[in-house]
Order: sequence, then C-alpha cells, then structure tokens
Amino acid sequence: MAAVLVSTTINGDAVEFACPPQESLLAVLRDRLGLTGVKEGCGTGDCGACSVTLDGRLVCSCLVLGAEVDGREIATIEGMAENGKLHPLQENFIEHAALQCGICTPGFLMAAKVLLDRNPQPTETEIRYALAGNLCRCTGYDKIVRAVQATATELRQLEKKKSRRKKSKKS
Amino acid sequence: MANDPSYTKQKLKVIGSRVRRPDGVDKVTGRAKYGADHNAPGQLVGLFLRSPHAHARIKKISTARAEKLSGVKAIITSEDLPDLTKGDTAARDILENCMARGRALYDGHAVAAVAAVDEQTARKALKLIKVTYELLPHVTDVDEALKPDAPVIHDYLYTNGVEPRPTKPSNLYNVAEFGHGDVDAGFAQADVVVEKSYKTEQVHQGYIEPHACVGSVNPDGTGELWVTTQGHFTYRSVCANLLGMDIAKLKVTSSEIGGGFGGKTHVWIEPVVLALSRKANRPVKAVMSREEVFRASGPASSTSIDVKIGAKKDGTITAAFAALRYQSGPFPGAIPGMPWAAIGAMTSFACYNLANVKTLGYDVVVNRPKVAAYRAPSAPMIAFAVESTMDMVAKELGIEPLDLRIKNAAREGTRACYGPVYGPIGIGATLQAVKNHPHMRARLKKNQGRGMACGFWFNFGGQTCADLNIATDGSVTLTVGTIDVGGSRASLSLIAAEELGIPYKQVKAHIGDTGSLGHNDTTEGSRGTFSSGMAIVFAARQAIEVLRERAAIMWEIPIEDIIWKDGHAKARGSKYSRLKPLSLADIAAQSPSTGGPIAGHNESVPDNAGVSFASHICDVEVDPETGGTRIIRYTVIQDAGKAIHPTYVEGQMQGGAAQGIGWALNEEYIYGDDGRLQNPGFLDYRIPVCSDLPFIDTQILEIPNPNHPYGVRGVGETSIVPPLAAIGNAISNAVGVRMDHTPMSPPRILKALEQLHAS
Ligand code: FES
Ligand code: FES
Repeated sequence: MAAVLVSTTINGDAVEFACPPQESLLAVLRDRLGLTGVKEGCGTGDCGACSVTLDGRLVCSCLVLGAEVDGREIATIEGMAENGKLHPLQENFIEHAALQCGICTPGFLMAAKVLLDRNPQPTETEIRYALAGNLCRCTGYDKIVRAVQATATELRQLEKKKSRRKKSKKS
Repeated sequence: MANDPSYTKQKLKVIGSRVRRPDGVDKVTGRAKYGADHNAPGQLVGLFLRSPHAHARIKKISTARAEKLSGVKAIITSEDLPDLTKGDTAARDILENCMARGRALYDGHAVAAVAAVDEQTARKALKLIKVTYELLPHVTDVDEALKPDAPVIHDYLYTNGVEPRPTKPSNLYNVAEFGHGDVDAGFAQADVVVEKSYKTEQVHQGYIEPHACVGSVNPDGTGELWVTTQGHFTYRSVCANLLGMDIAKLKVTSSEIGGGFGGKTHVWIEPVVLALSRKANRPVKAVMSREEVFRASGPASSTSIDVKIGAKKDGTITAAFAALRYQSGPFPGAIPGMPWAAIGAMTSFACYNLANVKTLGYDVVVNRPKVAAYRAPSAPMIAFAVESTMDMVAKELGIEPLDLRIKNAAREGTRACYGPVYGPIGIGATLQAVKNHPHMRARLKKNQGRGMACGFWFNFGGQTCADLNIATDGSVTLTVGTIDVGGSRASLSLIAAEELGIPYKQVKAHIGDTGSLGHNDTTEGSRGTFSSGMAIVFAARQAIEVLRERAAIMWEIPIEDIIWKDGHAKARGSKYSRLKPLSLADIAAQSPSTGGPIAGHNESVPDNAGVSFASHICDVEVDPETGGTRIIRYTVIQDAGKAIHPTYVEGQMQGGAAQGIGWALNEEYIYGDDGRLQNPGFLDYRIPVCSDLPFIDTQILEIPNPNHPYGVRGVGETSIVPPLAAIGNAISNAVGVRMDHTPMSPPRILKALEQLHAS
C-alpha cells in the first residue's frame, strides 16, 4: 500500500513525514522522526510509556495511526523543557527520585502535565487515578505521586506570586 | 592497608546526602538511550517465530518460501547454531532455550528467526515459514509434574542429590537438604505443631522495557552488541561461547536499562540476533513484544510448599520443617549447582534462631518458559508459607505474632538454617522497630485487618573491576562495570567524593562497555552499590597515593611528610608551614609535568555482602461482597547497613514492596489445559497501578556490615520477600480466612469466605 504523506506540528515545529497507512504514531515518532524519548512498553495501550498529547489530549501513541495526525498538534517529552529550562515536573521528578530505571518517566511526565494543566490542585486520589494508565514497576508510585504534589504546590505559589505582582502593579 | 574492607566507623561527610543523580536530566527529557533506542547503519529488523505448543517434536521447518521473499536477508533455525558447548550442560540449555533443537519445550519457545529490511517484510516471512509439529504430552503444574504418570520432559534428567542414584529419568532433577539439629526430637518436645501446605502461582518481573538489542558481527569475526542487560560482561562471554567467537572480540555495551529485577541476567534473543547478523552480514535489531516477554523470557517459579512448625507454650520454636517444590521451566535452574528450590530452602527460616530445622528443596522441570531470577529469587514464596504458618502458631499459642517472632529472632551468633553463623544482623532491630511503630497502634475499621511478616536475603558481592580517572581540571570520572537501575551512579559518585574529600558535583560516573574494563559479574544479588562501591573506595585510595606522590614532586619533599585530608595534600610538620595545602585540582593541573594522568584502579571479589532483613506491616480492607482486597497502609522497615543515598534506598524498599503486593493480590500466569499461556499482556496480567496503592512508608535501620568500610549492605531485594505473607496475615485478621494460595485474588478470597461461612 502506498505511503501516506502527513503534515503535522510536533513540539511546536512543522514536520512532514510519509508512513504506511497501518503504522502507529509511536513507530513514526521513534523510528522515522528519531523521537525515542517516547517509549514502547507494550504496544497495546496498557502501559502508558508511549504517552504523548494530540491537540492537548493525552493519548497512547501506540494506539494512534501516524496517518491520523495530519494537521494536528503533537507534544512529546522532547518538547517539555522550554528554552533550556526543565519543566517543574521534570525538576521535581529528579529531586524526589520519582524515577529509578526511568523507562516509564516520559509517559508519567506527559500524563502529569496534562493533569496539572487541567487541575492545578489535585488531591492524592485524583493524582493516583490520573496516572493509573501509566505503569511503573520500579517505584511503587510513592515518589511519583509526591513529585506531582510538590509540583502542584510550587506552581500554585508561582501563580499567587504572579497575581500579587499584577495586583501591586495595578494599585 | 589500602584494601582492607573492614568497617572503620570513619566519620562520613557526603555519604548519606540526598544528591541528584547524574542521569536524571537525560531521563526526564527523553534523551537517555535504552535498549530499543539505538540504531546501526543499514540495520535489519529481527523477528522470532515461536512455538504455539507446550511440548512438541519439530519434524520439519521449511524456510524456502520465506527465503525467497524480497527483503529477507537471513533466516536462522537451530541448524545454524551448532552446539559448541562441549559438554557444558548449562551452556547447552541456554543455547536450546534461545532456539528450540528438535523439540519445542514451552508455548513461546523460539523455533526460527528472520532478519529482513523492515518489520512488515519480517512479519510476512514469519508467516511463510512452515513448521511441522508432532504434539507431545505436556505438563505445566509443579505438583502434576512430580506424579508417577506425568510425562517425562527429558529422558536424560536423573534426580541429583539422592542416594542411590535413580534408575529412571524424571522431572525432579534435584533434591537439596539444609538444616541442623534433630527435627523429630524437636517436634516431640512441642506443645503445639502447625502444618500447612501452600501454592504460589507464577509471576513475571514485569520490567516495562522489553528485551531489545542491536547486534553486529563482521566477516573478520569481531562484533558489537548494544543491549539492555544487567550483565554485559556475562552476555559477552555467553554469546561469544555459543557462537564460537573470541570473547575479547565482541564488544557489549549496556544501554540504559528499563528495569530488570533479575530478568535481564540471562540471554534470551541476543545470541540469535548476533547469528542473524553474521549470516546476513548486516547489523540486526530485535525488540521483543510484550507478549514475547511474558511467553518467552524468564518468570519466577510457581511453587508448592509444605511447612511444619512446632513450639512450646512460652513461644519457643522447638522444630521447623519445610518442603519446597519449585518449577524452573524446561531446564534445570539457571545458576549451576544452585537450583531455585534449593535457594528457597536456604532462605526458609533464616530469620529465626532454631535448634532443630530441616528444609528440602525439590527442583522440577515443566513445560513453561525458563525461570529467571526475580528480586531475592525464590525467597518470597517460602516466606509466604513460613510467615503465614508463624501467625497460625501464634494464634494457637495465644500470643502476639510479633512477640513470637521477637522471641525466636536470629541474632549475632545464631547458626542460620542454611549453615553459617551470623555476625551482627538486623532482624531483631527491625522487629523492635515494628513494635515501636505508630502504624501498629493505628485504629482499624470493619473488614480491615493488620498483618506483618519478616524477610531475609543473602546479598552478593562478586567479581568487580572499576576505574577512577582524574582530569587536569580536577574533575573525576568513574568507570564501573555494574549497571545502574536505580541511581547507583549517584551512590558511587558519593563514595568517590567521600574518599577523595571533594564535592559530589566534581565526580561523574559512567557504566563502561566490555572494552573498557575487566570482567564484572552480572549486577544481581543487590551487589551494584556494595561491590562497585567497594572497588571505588579502593580505587580512590590508590589515586590518593598517586596524588601524594605528585604533591611530593611539586613540593620536593618526602612523600611520608604528606597526608591527604579534606581533598587536599597537606605537608605535615612546622618546617613546612610555608607550604599551602594543594587541592586535588592543583595537583591534577600539574599532572602532565609530574608523571602523567592520575588514576586509581581496582579489581576484586568483595565477599560478605552482609545479609539483609526486613519487617513489613500492612493494613488491608477486604470487601466481603467481591473478595477484593485494598492495601490501606503499608510500612517497610529494613536494615540497610549504611544508606549511601537514603532516597534511593527508600525507593528500593517501596518498589520491592509494590512488586510483592502485586504478587500477593493480582499477578499470575494462567495456563490452559493446552499448555498455552492465556494472559501474556499487561491487560490480563495486571501489575499494581498508581490507584491501587497507598504511600509506602519506610524506615531505614543502619546496623553496619562489618565487612564494608562504611557498613553498607545490599538493599535491593529483601523488600519483595515479606509482602505476600504480611498481606495474607492481614487478610486473615480482617475476615478470618487463612489464604494458602497466591495470588489472593477476589475469586480465591470469595471461595474461602464461602467455605468459612458454610462450616
Ligand atoms: S506502548 Fe503504548 S501503552 Fe504501552
Ligand atoms: S522507574 Fe522503572 S518503570 Fe518506572
């Protein structure tokens, strides 16, 4: 079958690729585009290691076809640090030892970012359910949840500071 | 006394601090390269054809049609892998496990492999290979395999360890006995004797990263292998031996490893990938699918165990006995001379001080995948049986289970059930910590229960080789040959910083490939930080000698007048008061003109890794309607000897506990009557997810290992040993049923509850 030509945006950059119609987005990202930060743990949607966002929505890239992403926006772990600065989640994952082997880490970071973007004040239970689609065999999740909690607190304080600064500017 | 490993009580400055790991940024940005993240120019895709049958004779494999398919570059069957093992039966078993030789021995056993230009072509080629099988009777259950009418898997296996030698082959390939005293006399003295039989189903290590490698063999006989492994030196020698290559001509690079837990201590696809590459004369990359990982890479044994414990009214145990039946897949256990049930038998009663103890390990072959080590291999199953029985004994005697354990706990001077006499050990201290822990006094609600259990693991040292090199700016490179699964590069850098007296940030640790160091044993038995750490201590001390020599040259004074303190060479005595101390960087800067590069090096076999003990406390809530069990609260208390990096030690304790929880409640290999694995995927083989678990509290105790300068003991494995029994005991205390079969899944609990209510 002829390859499909796809134009898409990945981590803010315009990208074009051609792939066979049955090829997964995961295979495209890893094997065609060299974005090997996206991991494959199962290929069947059960482990979350391949998590990316598609138009801001968290998906398992192993369950999406490369051909489906034409005209859409993808974000992967490779784009999480901005301007040479790690995202607070990345900082806290290192600081709290939320990774041991680290194979699950890109997926967890993507899932945690989607959670915090939507719900800046998640409870422990909300965090646990938001991350339930990502398997980690090393950590027992304890330090992952703590890293996410710490990030949420940090980001909230940052927001407060920002809004205070805004207010003081106004007055 | 540069290489004296004795514990010195030296005051530690950076050891024990919670620094950031050197590979952290790479791992949170996706830059770290794991097994499947490497590609070689012109590489082919390798795929395996696997047997759908549990036991079958392979009458014919015809590859002609597949070979003709455009894009197929090589096809391998056992005919392409001549047996070069020269009577080494362990090596022959490895070869046969990598590729079936005349018989498929389990569902998933590789029968052929293909290298093609892309995955699609390789898949098509697999479909075109025709294998003609003749089905043979199979057996997958350990107890069934021991029955007199069971199909005998190998006509060449005779039971080892019994007198007289059996006259007929059988599936029972080894019997091992351990213990001391007279158990019959001991049971006769007992006021209470409890006997119980248990079963534990097969579980998989479940590392999230599947096995993956890129192999490349050149026509001149040299080769390279990039692979996710716990032991690249071992992989090198095994692959070279099986393929008839010179060990030194094969360079193996260990990728970042996405979990192993013992499962990446053995070769699976690697020798075949190298053979494919040799045949195709192109690099070949192969990545197992998750299904292949479950069907064809080593899980832990399923087991069947009997335990008998006798005690006096005051709680003194008078005798203890255990019979362990472990299956190891179709081949004898992976460690020659130390099969899986034998290891389990050794650990059985290691927590206790017993006058009379006997354990028997029966090792059995079945038609399941070859068993591999899984974190404290063989110990969790027998701990489930022993620690459950301990609770039953306590109940019979009417004393607290914790007190029964405290009363009988092993201590310094105790003769262990597997022979040696203990030095200073931590079991008593962990039990006392349980007693004092607020968790023990927390209120429980309806259908909730609390349980506790103990666990033991030997720990291991092994052959080790490490380098420490000082750059001219004073920064330090460590090159080690053990792999890093959970932050050991940080721990090793802390050790170098401690010895040299420099900041942690000045040190960078690397895992060297097989071309850069001498042989290092596989990273197993919790040996990474212990053994490489010891080698780094000695390498650093050697480098300090060189630094002193260089300072002597710079100052033109005798070396005896120079000491190394706080990262500086200092001249001793008032006559040198004008000499300002030289920092490591000062000396390194001058090294080109004082004798060249400054380095330290060490090869050793650190022994006495220091046995490790843990006690776990667990609260569960059982839903009597569904039989589902939730972990409400969990506490791990473990002796680490000395925690080099406490956060990573906690991580090991939590991770092991979580794996034990999965083993206890959910995880099991389910085989059909046809001998096929029915749940080879994460959907149906369900490991704990984030929402299944609470925070896992940890308490690190530090009872120094006398055979390590800082007192370090291995810490990686013990934490998986107690959870099964701790949870079983908690369930029993919650709803009154004694579970004797893992996983303690909802259907099993419901059935037990029904039986309880019927009686
Ligand atoms: S690889 Fe996509 S969910 Fe596991
Ligand atoms: S850190 Fe290894 S799987 Fe999560």
